[in-house]
Amino acid sequence: MHMHKFEKIWLTFGISALVVFLTVVGVSAFYLGNKPPSCLTTINVDKVDQTKPFDKPGLHKVEGKDWDYELVYVAAAFSYNPLKVEVPVGAKVKVIATTKDVVHGFEVAGTNINMMLEPGYVSEYTTTFDKTGEYLIVCNEYCGAGHHLMSSMIEVVK
Amino acid sequence: MANSTTAKVKVDPRDAKLSMAHFFVAFSALALGGLMGLLQTLVRSGKWELPWGIDYYQILTVHGVLMGLVLTTFFIMGFQYAAVSRTTGGHSNAARRTGWIGFWIMLVGTLMAATMVLLKEASVLYTFYAPLKAHWIFYLGLTFVIVGSWIDGAAQIMTYAKWRKNNPGQPSPLLSFMAVINTVMWIIATLGVAATVLFQLLPWSLGLVDTVDVLVSRTLFWYFGHPLVYFWLLPAYMCWYAIIPKIIGGKIFSDSLARLSFILFLLFSIPVGFHHQLTEPGIDPAWKFLQVILTFMVIIPSLMTAFSLFATFERYGRSKGATGLFGWFKVLPWGDARFTVPFIGMASFIPAGAGGIINASNQMDQVVHNTIWVTGHFHLTAATSVVLTFFGISYWLVPHLTGRKLTKAMNKLGIIQAWVWFIGMAFMSGAMHFQGLLGGPRRSAFSTYGGSKQAAEWIPYQIAQAVGGTILFIGIILVIIIFINLAFFAPKGEEEFPVAVAENLEEKAPMVFENWKLWLGIAAALILFAYTIPFIDIIQNAPPGSKGFQTWSKW
Amino acid sequence: MAKAELKTNQKTEIENSSSLKGTLASVFLLGAFIVVTWVSVYYLFVERF
Ligand code: HEM
Ligand SMILES: [Cu+2]
Ligand SMILES: [Cu+2]
Repeated sequence: MHMHKFEKIWLTFGISALVVFLTVVGVSAFYLGNKPPSCLTTINVDKVDQTKPFDKPGLHKVEGKDWDYELVYVAAAFSYNPLKVEVPVGAKVKVIATTKDVVHGFEVAGTNINMMLEPGYVSEYTTTFDKTGEYLIVCNEYCGAGHHLMSSMIEVVK
Repeated sequence: MANSTTAKVKVDPRDAKLSMAHFFVAFSALALGGLMGLLQTLVRSGKWELPWGIDYYQILTVHGVLMGLVLTTFFIMGFQYAAVSRTTGGHSNAARRTGWIGFWIMLVGTLMAATMVLLKEASVLYTFYAPLKAHWIFYLGLTFVIVGSWIDGAAQIMTYAKWRKNNPGQPSPLLSFMAVINTVMWIIATLGVAATVLFQLLPWSLGLVDTVDVLVSRTLFWYFGHPLVYFWLLPAYMCWYAIIPKIIGGKIFSDSLARLSFILFLLFSIPVGFHHQLTEPGIDPAWKFLQVILTFMVIIPSLMTAFSLFATFERYGRSKGATGLFGWFKVLPWGDARFTVPFIGMASFIPAGAGGIINASNQMDQVVHNTIWVTGHFHLTAATSVVLTFFGISYWLVPHLTGRKLTKAMNKLGIIQAWVWFIGMAFMSGAMHFQGLLGGPRRSAFSTYGGSKQAAEWIPYQIAQAVGGTILFIGIILVIIIFINLAFFAPKGEEEFPVAVAENLEEKAPMVFENWKLWLGIAAALILFAYTIPFIDIIQNAPPGSKGFQTWSKW
Repeated sequence: MAKAELKTNQKTEIENSSSLKGTLASVFLLGAFIVVTWVSVYYLFVERF
């Protein structure tokens, strides 16, 4: 099987570019801590309201952890609890969320906080809220008739 | 010698009938699905509402099922069945009977599922994610579609096997080889979706079991979901590699490299489903990244394809005396719809592929996951590259099968249709990409999200999508007009089924490409490698199962 | 034979007419496009929290 010299040049370039892309995201994920959300913690979907931390949705200051706040959400067709929170700018926050019924999305528009909420699983993402403004949380996975009405609001304030 | 005889070779009329049966279903799905697409963009513009209690998610289910599952599967099976018939000398009676049985089972399954969607018993979208629980007839219908497609595909495999037996030591005809690769990939891939539908969703919707393991079901679905998109793409590649060169009067750049790229697709399209589950909580990040690496492997055959196509065009152009770096581009037969229509599809694959690499880049998926960017992306891949190529194929295949001719007028209309489609899609898909980067979610009816500022910024893009959708719908009307003309009204005559030959005929394709034990073995090994451990993890660490929900609006 | 003649004729021409430099340029334009779009979205990812 014969391959033209130019094709070899092209494939060398192309494959190198792919390797560079993979290295960049790989290093960023596994050494700089930017892994996509994978919490691997399970929960009994029928007992969400009684299970910590979901018994108290909302923003909580925490001590002695790598992050300053925990922001807890419970999703159910077709709303999030809480509906609105204020987060001080610069706070390092662990967002923790789960669903009480079907699969929902949890996307903070304009940020990298974008995770699936699946019954029986806890989804988490830790990040520093370093820009002020209003951030809309939308459900971005179809969950039923009111899917497009399902939202919440985060205000990052001075 | 090859040239003078092949020009006249016709698909056996009995095979033609079965292919045409597939195309009637496919183009009906396109017409109806296209109407739904238009309505979706109108609803999302916020300027218009659906009448008579029809709801957005019902028509979105119709659109996704008709376009993503029915149009594609029926067109592909019909096209590949004809391509195998054309290049092997025809199907046997047994293969033909098998094909018809498969076709009818698929059709019955489609009608069962469609009925449940119309009754609002299954507004679960074409991905039917548990624990949304549709009517059991919907799942049974899907089972029929899958099993029917296996039987339908078996007809192609039977004929290929017979050809191999009659021609020992010979590489099989390129188009047949490619068709069989795609069918085999489809069969391996659909095992996953068949498993979740048959063993999880069907018993659960019948009330035989109370709960379903959501993550197992999603994982089985996406084991199928990624090769699904390659199942759509490979028939387009068949046309680009093995048919277009003949249409322009050139040669296949390299038969062996074409086969190699199809083998790579078979191996690497399947063990990559986690790249659709990157933001899910229950899968280990290391295994996600492993499948991201495998996903990047499947980009390589597309890089090869890009080179081969440009090379075919350049070689042809230079043989016509074109000079300079890009002189060859101008001498391509732009007036021939059989070339220009798929060419616009090929060109669209450049942004489509670039977007795909972004989607697959592990944590970068968080920027775009489940935003309308993704919808913009697959309207370039599937709804432009693939379907424009399918349209281009139909413009000679339908008259070939019905014993008619593509007239000058229809040829012209075909080219206009493709440009209309391209312009409409530039608006719709372009606006979807930008809105997605701003965070606009997919699969969502119009919403102001309680007057949010961010959501207000999305609305102009949604209006641009409605403009694009309207132009696209004109494209749908045009292609349906052409299809009906070619199927029933075009003048009788002989339209060629173009099959290209390779530039270098002395270089026989290595027989190792036809060593199915080897390739199926490697494919199985890669699948087991990518899935065994994480899948056992998912089952062992499973939370209590989910009961079913019907959260959509009912009649 | 006419056919054989044709072949030799082509051979001499092929030296300059079989060039694939346009192909090489085209795929590299394609490659550049891929890199630019990828880097842009990566930039968005880094820029956002
Ligand atoms: C007239 C042409 C078309 C228009 C106007 C159109 C419009 C749309 C719109 C607006 C959506 C997304 C809505 C949302 O996410 O809320 C959509 C989804 C979709 N379209 Fe199209 N489309 C067209 C043609 C096609 C074609 C030809 C195909 C397939 C080959 C296709 C396949 C799909 C699929 C699979 C979905 C996803 C459905 C889902 O998310 O459940 N579309 N289309
Ligand atoms: Cu939701
Ligand atoms: Cu994929």
